[in-house]
Amino acid sequence: MRQYTNVITAYLIMFTLIILVGIFQSWSIALTILNYCLISAVMTIGANIQWGYAGLINFGIMGYTALGGLAVVLVSVAPVEEAWRVGGVNMMICLGVIIGIVFSIRFTLKKIAKSKNRNYLVAAIIIIGVLLLQLISAPAIEKIEAVEPAKTGFLGGLGLPVLFSWIAGAFLAGGLAFVVGKVALGLRADYLAIATLLIAEIVVSIIKHEDWLARGVKNVIGLKRPAPYEINLQQSPWFIDLVEKFHSGKLALINSVSEKQEVLNQLVIDASSVYVKLCFTGLFLTVVIILLIVTQKALYSPWGRMMRAIRDNEEAAGAMGKNVVKQHLLIFILGSAIVGIAGAMMVTNDGLFTPGSYRPMRYTFVIWVMVIVGGTGNNFGAILGGFVVWFLWVEAAPIALFFINLFTAHLPETNEIRVHLINSAPYFRFLVIGTALLVIMRFRPQGILPEKIIKN
Amino acid sequence: MDFINAILVLLNYTIIPALTYGSQLALGAIFVTLIYGILRFANFATGDMMSFGTMFAVLLTYYFQSLGINLGIFPTALITIPLATFMMILYMLSIDKFVFEYYRIKKSPPVQLAMVSVGVMFVTQAIIRIIIGPADRTFLDGEKFILKASEFKEMTGLNEGLTIKSTQAITIVITMIVVSIMFWFLNKTKTGTSMRAYSDNEDLALLSGIDPKKVVLITWIIAGILATIGGVLYGIDKSYRPFVYFNNMLPIFAAAIVGGIGNPFGAFLGGYVIAFAEIFLTYAYKKFFTYILPESLEPNSMMQILSTDYKFAVSFSILVIVLLFRPSGIFKGKTL
Repeated sequence: MRQYTNVITAYLIMFTLIILVGIFQSWSIALTILNYCLISAVMTIGANIQWGYAGLINFGIMGYTALGGLAVVLVSVAPVEEAWRVGGVNMMICLGVIIGIVFSIRFTLKKIAKSKNRNYLVAAIIIIGVLLLQLISAPAIEKIEAVEPAKTGFLGGLGLPVLFSWIAGAFLAGGLAFVVGKVALGLRADYLAIATLLIAEIVVSIIKHEDWLARGVKNVIGLKRPAPYEINLQQSPWFIDLVEKFHSGKLALINSVSEKQEVLNQLVIDASSVYVKLCFTGLFLTVVIILLIVTQKALYSPWGRMMRAIRDNEEAAGAMGKNVVKQHLLIFILGSAIVGIAGAMMVTNDGLFTPGSYRPMRYTFVIWVMVIVGGTGNNFGAILGGFVVWFLWVEAAPIALFFINLFTAHLPETNEIRVHLINSAPYFRFLVIGTALLVIMRFRPQGILPEKIIKN
Repeated sequence: MDFINAILVLLNYTIIPALTYGSQLALGAIFVTLIYGILRFANFATGDMMSFGTMFAVLLTYYFQSLGINLGIFPTALITIPLATFMMILYMLSIDKFVFEYYRIKKSPPVQLAMVSVGVMFVTQAIIRIIIGPADRTFLDGEKFILKASEFKEMTGLNEGLTIKSTQAITIVITMIVVSIMFWFLNKTKTGTSMRAYSDNEDLALLSGIDPKKVVLITWIIAGILATIGGVLYGIDKSYRPFVYFNNMLPIFAAAIVGGIGNPFGAFLGGYVIAFAEIFLTYAYKKFFTYILPESLEPNSMMQILSTDYKFAVSFSILVIVLLFRPSGIFKGKTL
């Protein structure tokens, strides 16, 4: 038990902070923070598998998150039949062409011995393939994007329940990770970091600019939800009854009937948003707990020991007959797939897909800070990092505002420095996060909850 | 005549802009490569450090403008460069003192230093945004054009005009001067030689009595000069916006790696490779072909290989291809 005291203490402090936000700001804000903390936790579990277990540096988290988000659109949105009619056939042919290119390249690489001619052949296949793709897709894309551009203008999705998209997100992200891993995993650590960063950027720019796929920067709004809608809740009698019972003490103090009704209405509106968020919290918590159990089991299994061995000494592990390349690829795919789930969860939570919002600061570097601050190689640490850093990220601005007001209290309201500082309060989050990372790296490089190796 | 017109179209819309953009990237890429070669880590704060230096140039330009000081036809920003560079170097040295030095002495692995530079990136971004805010700012003044399209048309009687913006000329000229001085310094002076020795083999360099502190100091000074000048040139040519500078880090990294990281001359050329590839692959050649081909063959489409939306993706794809087939970069040669 004693070895878990610091874990329990750390988590207790964290939950107290969130509860304090609930008391001082509002429960709705506290739950929003909690939900995002849980999503961040899933991302950090993914990143921690790659970095903490295997020592692979993946600066492409943004790309996998975006793919997870894309999966939500592709799975849950109802198909746009008009668009499919005008351009569906061509797009399907394009898909066939892409598959054809991939297989013919594989075939060439396998059957023809390594030579200059082979390189030319591969290049020729790619160039002809791309030209063919442009030729087939260009008219179709134009037609698809012309179908009610204000509302649709894209192919739509499969119209399945949104929860399926979490799995689809994992597969999409895992698939990308397979390609990236095949291509880039042989690189040295810092090259790998740069390569993955840039590949993620390419992925996001494709999602942003291929409007037929997911409307690009025009965003997809009103996505399906695995939770009830506030507006429906506010009208269902059982929910109103529940709220009435919950607040019966408070309501009993009010005498006038109309006033009572008004207060009740307000309470129902507040409660409905809290209820919806609680539903999401439940779902997210389930995912986090399942992932935590699985990753924890994996870490202390022979496979986990092998991964640590590979991380600590690649050559020695290789000499013991472990297939380092294969294991690296596997763990790269697993970690990225988990990040893909997180991406899908986030878009589900928001109810909208905004490709323009995927920026490396928020979706790659902040996640890395979470893993490093929390504790690399320790799942509890990584999750805690997700909570702490997300909490700081959100609450930094209000806290900064409080301190600015405190320190500039003696200055008049219109003082230029004071006004300028108050306006720039949101940017203090970067300062807080950066300083946290630097301090942790310097004084506690293993993170808040360091890696624990159980020897038996 | 049509042929000259076609060439003018290319010059106007691809070659001159690419040379300008390439110069800006080249300065940044040499900065990345120097830090990588001598301090041995990938500096993820590159874009933001350039942004930091430029911020001072912007603020000083506004200050000078309010005092009525200017350079006539040249942009006021040019006189602010020395001061801005000084502030930049001070900032870099203090960052080095408080952050990087500890890991250097401990001989931490490069990945850890790269991670630390991510922390520096966050802090620098915060400082920049708190001081100047995230908004877009233009600080170019003075004469905008050296050669206007209309004047050129009048002069030669051609259909197509040639436009040369003053910022384009300034960028190219200053880059050439700065880069030549830097190469002279690295190759001909004793300090430069000791820097190259330190980069090649740290232990041997220490053994032969090279002072590592001095090497690091000089590296940061050169880095500060390159970062500030590169940033200011980009700022007067386009505009100053902190987020854009952060994003520019990516093509700059691409340029440095394409040129073979650790090799300043490669980085210099890499900047132009990336810039030319980005612009040539995303330019719509319709006008060019209308001049060059007979009327019957005139193209209907835009004749564009890739949409301009994929400008960044082009440089990244080049980088990925180079990393795969030639991780040491396309310009082989001695490092530093």
